[in-house]
Amino acid sequence: MRVIVPLQGVVQGRGGLVLGSVIPCALFYFLRLYLKRNRASPASPSSPSSSDLLLPRTHSRTLLSPRASPALLSSRATSISKAPDSPYYAGRKTALRDPYHPLSNPHGVLDLGLAQNKLSLDLIEEWVVENGRDSIVGGGGGGGELSIEGIATYQPFDGLLSFKVALAGFMSEVMGRSVSFNPSQMVLTAGASAAIEILSFCLADSGNAFLVPSPYYPGFDRDIKLRSGVEIIPVTCRSTDNFNLSISALDQAFNQAKKKGLKVRGVLISNPSNPVGSILSRDMLYSLLDFAQEKNIHIICDEIFAGSIHGDEEFVSMGEVLDSADFDRDRVHIVYGLSKDLSLPGFRVGVIYSFNENVLAVAKKMARFTSISVPTQHFLISMLSDTKFIQEYIKTNKVRLRKMYTDFVSALKKLGIRCTKSSGGFYCWADMSGLIRSYSEKGELELFDKLLNVAKINVTPGSACHCIEFGWFRCCFTTLTEKDIPVVIERIQKVIETYKS
Amino acid sequence: MKFLSRKATCNSHGQDSSYFLGWQEYEKNAYDEITNPSGIIQMGLAENQLSFDLLESWMANNPDAAGFKRNGQSIFRELALFQDYHGLPEFKNALVQFMSQIRGNKVTFDPSKLVLTAGATSASETLIFCLANPGEAFLLPTPYYPGFDRDLKWRTEVEIVPIHCSSSNNFIVTKSALEDAYQRAHKRNLKVKGVVITNPSNPLGTTSTRQELDLLLDFVQDKNIHLISDEIYSGTHFNSSPNKFISVAQVLKDRNLDDNSELSKRVHILYSLSKDLGLPGFRVGALYSNDDTVVSAATKMSSFGLISSQTQYLLSCMLSDQKFTTHYIVENQKRLKNRYDIIVSGLRNAGIGVLPSDAGLFCYVDMRHLLSSNTFEAEMELWKKILYQVKLNISPGAACHCTEPGWFRVCFANMSEDTLSLALQRIKDFVDSTKRGDETRGASGSSRYSSRSVMSLTKKWVLRLSSNGHEPER
Repeated sequence: MRVIVPLQGVVQGRGGLVLGSVIPCALFYFLRLYLKRNRASPASPSSPSSSDLLLPRTHSRTLLSPRASPALLSSRATSISKAPDSPYYAGRKTALRDPYHPLSNPHGVLDLGLAQNKLSLDLIEEWVVENGRDSIVGGGGGGGELSIEGIATYQPFDGLLSFKVALAGFMSEVMGRSVSFNPSQMVLTAGASAAIEILSFCLADSGNAFLVPSPYYPGFDRDIKLRSGVEIIPVTCRSTDNFNLSISALDQAFNQAKKKGLKVRGVLISNPSNPVGSILSRDMLYSLLDFAQEKNIHIICDEIFAGSIHGDEEFVSMGEVLDSADFDRDRVHIVYGLSKDLSLPGFRVGVIYSFNENVLAVAKKMARFTSISVPTQHFLISMLSDTKFIQEYIKTNKVRLRKMYTDFVSALKKLGIRCTKSSGGFYCWADMSGLIRSYSEKGELELFDKLLNVAKINVTPGSACHCIEFGWFRCCFTTLTEKDIPVVIERIQKVIETYKS
Repeated sequence: MKFLSRKATCNSHGQDSSYFLGWQEYEKNAYDEITNPSGIIQMGLAENQLSFDLLESWMANNPDAAGFKRNGQSIFRELALFQDYHGLPEFKNALVQFMSQIRGNKVTFDPSKLVLTAGATSASETLIFCLANPGEAFLLPTPYYPGFDRDLKWRTEVEIVPIHCSSSNNFIVTKSALEDAYQRAHKRNLKVKGVVITNPSNPLGTTSTRQELDLLLDFVQDKNIHLISDEIYSGTHFNSSPNKFISVAQVLKDRNLDDNSELSKRVHILYSLSKDLGLPGFRVGALYSNDDTVVSAATKMSSFGLISSQTQYLLSCMLSDQKFTTHYIVENQKRLKNRYDIIVSGLRNAGIGVLPSDAGLFCYVDMRHLLSSNTFEAEMELWKKILYQVKLNISPGAACHCTEPGWFRVCFANMSEDTLSLALQRIKDFVDSTKRGDETRGASGSSRYSSRSVMSLTKKWVLRLSSNGHEPER
């Protein structure tokens, strides 16, 4: 910014004078702005004084690259820790801090945001009390010598064969015995989230995409995108269709993706769906298979709620369709787990069931990053092999689910809140659009906030599930007892009244 | 197979290396004292089976722990529903206490900085996901655990650049080796994000010296990168001298560095109960970091590999029993030392030396003098002979990226003492017969068959047959 450049400009006489002074000034201004900004945002509280000392040395490398540690971390780490929690996670946190209890904490938060089934845990607990001793930790049954070697040492990372056999039997039982599963087509993982993640790694490259009908389970954003870098393209479903999936919507989404240069590698469907709770008809499953074949993509079918049907409709597994008809099986992969149907999310049991040998081979190797604890596998083998208990459990659980669903939905109806018809899952999909002040995401989140912090009810807003329409909320009823329903209704009533006034 | 992803079809899972090949051969013809006494003895698996009896007796005396009970009351429901990725607090508290005990109580760990994962494999991969983007690199001293090629590189798409270490100074990491590796990475246009050490080392069994740790800390500070210390074998150090095993946590503490200092935040520790407690089947791993962002990101990523709540509870009971853990640590170390002494003297008897070490479930054996030439081809040839003829599965140095051919990792804690003795006998016989073979070749001079050489060859063949076992070979 000395005289040299402007002089040059005068000599050349082409507006060089102006450019000659303006450009260096501009550069200097931006450099100052950049430095100011970086000094103002130290991500670590360490040694602020030393960075001041270094300031005079304008070309120091330490100045130009921020000293704070986030610069040293991966972009995944910085984005996941900086990103604000979606209401799905935020609501859960609040509920965990102040959980409702009818006696000890009657003003606590009623958590209708976590799809956990507490309705039939007593049955499982009873079984554990009666049979648990012998099934635990490799005990040779009935006071026999405890041998830890069988459970302590390295076992196949993708699960014990005997556990796969037991799981295959359970899956068949839970789906009405209309389909059978082959244990050698299974890879077990520590939870269904890991199963979805492994399939993302196997079936798509970073930057490719899966089509996912929306609204969808908020956890998919993490399971699919976080580490494998696969994108999700939501396929819009609307209330006018009861949020049912249509092939034309899939097709439209596929074409739009293509235009944007995104390569679609597969479709992820949940059946029964989450958050709506609807089940796919046999015809729709056929159409999906045709669609996948036509576009040469994969189908991942998340059937984790298959054993939690409370409606009258018959559940048809993708496995059953493939058994009965002649489709290209290499592109079909089913995900299952014990977190929902058997209410054991703490034990971390997920299943990848695939018809594709290559996928199975790779998934098996990836299972080492997410193996199920062997003592847990042994424990569950005993439980799942008790066919009489399992059959009783499935039957009773369905009855209880149905009752709770019916009671809860009709109670909401009395408040003027309509729910979409659903046949499975632990939740109902409620239309509270009449209660939101402005028909927008903002309006919906305002209601969510009121429900959470004033009414002390945690529900999941539709925007967290990527629903294109506003005002819809997922309300789980399986953590409630009969007595809790009036409490929930009363609290929602209060919120409705404040809106009306 | 364009239908699947690149990761699915590439080879970076490293599963085709000899490390895994030996395993496969073993599975086909596994040694059993009674049913298959001439089978292959597994000496390539770093598993600790020496102290199962201690664990069994604890569990027999504490049935509540495995029975989902706390003070006689059933807590099954609580455990069945527990899926919080922050981990069971009582387990984390017990685990950090145990980690501290193993380090002679010279350092303490904060449970809120610990992230639980299903096994160390998951912990190391998760940590890399948090520290590096695809295409970036980590420096690792050679030789290193073959599994790192898969765990650190495969799904993360991160590169490993080896830091060459040599037997001339017992494979200790030097400043020049570090700088050389850094430059090599730079030449390959790779951005180095950190150094990964395993302390105690796998496959060497040695513990890092204080100078080494100081050197590494200075290096990472200077280059503005991370240091990952995989301390999965920290409880297996068996040298009676108390300060032989030094954790990097201790060195940081001795520098009077606050946990919030820049350097402390760049040091991350990996741990697991698979080696120290001999419970690999339980799938218990952990990563420890002073960097909040790393802990927060890793915690969320741990959703993909949480430890079963049943296991967390069981182990929280066991590890909070300080009387038991103290006794276990001491007894386990005694037994490891005993095994180490047996194998070292057995090998010495066969004229084979080992790298002096004081930890781990294996020793690093020097078989350079048995190679037909100083090449990795010769090492592979020797490895195959040992696998197929001597019927021992050991791990060749090449699988561990060792720069010098002729070194092998031999495990000693995953079998009974009798089996170990048998293995040592087989090695001795092999070495003896090789020597005799050499002598015979030397005596006969030219390649012409003389009747005397035929006789000695026959004698050698007969001797070999009789020493290989009681059953005819399959």
